[in-house]
Amino acid sequence: MMAALILVFSLATLGMFFVSYCRSLVAACSQYSLSAEVRDVTGIRAVAEAEDFTRVVQVLQLCPDRAEDRTSLQAVSLYHSLLTFVQRTATKLAPPLRAWAEQERAHCAQFAAVTLDRRIAFSREMLARQAEL
Amino acid sequence: MVCSLVRKSFIRYFFLNLYFILSVLASAARFLTLHTYGSSSDQYGYAYFYTDALLTLGLFVALISLYSHVFGELGFSKQIRLGAVLLLLGTAAFSYGVVRQSEERLATSFAYELSQNLYFVGLVLTYILWGAVLKLREARTRLVQFILALGLYFSAYAASYALLNLADKFGAVRYLSQLLACLLPLSWSITMLRHTEDSRIATAPLVAVQR
Repeated sequence: MMAALILVFSLATLGMFFVSYCRSLVAACSQYSLSAEVRDVTGIRAVAEAEDFTRVVQVLQLCPDRAEDRTSLQAVSLYHSLLTFVQRTATKLAPPLRAWAEQERAHCAQFAAVTLDRRIAFSREMLARQAEL
Repeated sequence: MVCSLVRKSFIRYFFLNLYFILSVLASAARFLTLHTYGSSSDQYGYAYFYTDALLTLGLFVALISLYSHVFGELGFSKQIRLGAVLLLLGTAAFSYGVVRQSEERLATSFAYELSQNLYFVGLVLTYILWGAVLKLREARTRLVQFILALGLYFSAYAASYALLNLADKFGAVRYLSQLLACLLPLSWSITMLRHTEDSRIATAPLVAVQR
């Protein structure tokens, strides 16, 4: 009985901390203005939209991988999948959830675009260093 | 540890780094015991469970240091330290009370029980700390992400221990917890590298359930 209670509490807090952690990762990128290159490559106009996420991640996979952002990107991808699931299933029960999930997915897309921007800058820096050598 | 040295934050987050130093030492001690005595020996059993208890203790201290960071400016550091010691003693006494009946492997059972209970106490304390962060509108990005990563880690471990207690058939969870153990150093390192001490974040939008 006690173990079951602990399990329920732990799973509830796990979900809560996961959502808050992902939102903290995403929020840290919300003020970042994307470079013109990233906007050209991804087709994002001013601010990323919910549907941009998959496309940006596909472009990200073409860039050289960086260990620093791999885990964060995986966490946000999982969060994005969770939001997509919420948007598809719970909207009939609670319509306000749709708008919320849409907004959150847009933030995830913005995070992915910022990560892409950083990877491009990193690759460029590496190339510059190689050229110097 | 290397990340905090590079970012010149080793002393500021000393107890977080201490946990990593202890992790390295514990892994070395386990490897040596395993290499010398074998995986089925009593020595390896003692080394494994006691280093695990030591690491949990290290993590508990790291959590209390995060409390000091959040409440330090309010002048509550002394009370926090006293409360932490009392809580630790209480958890140890409770763990001893639970395993007192098993005379055969009292030492390893105590270490296992203490670890398990400390994970749950750690989870509750992290939950309270997160509540305080939201209430006090703590905006330091590093601190916020350290606390959230710790909360994730504690809750995943507490859930895995609870699942194992419920049924042995969930034994595969043991392997999952080893995987989880890698996530905490990874997320702390990323936070240390990506954000400076001056980075700020608005905590209000981070609440999982919006009011």
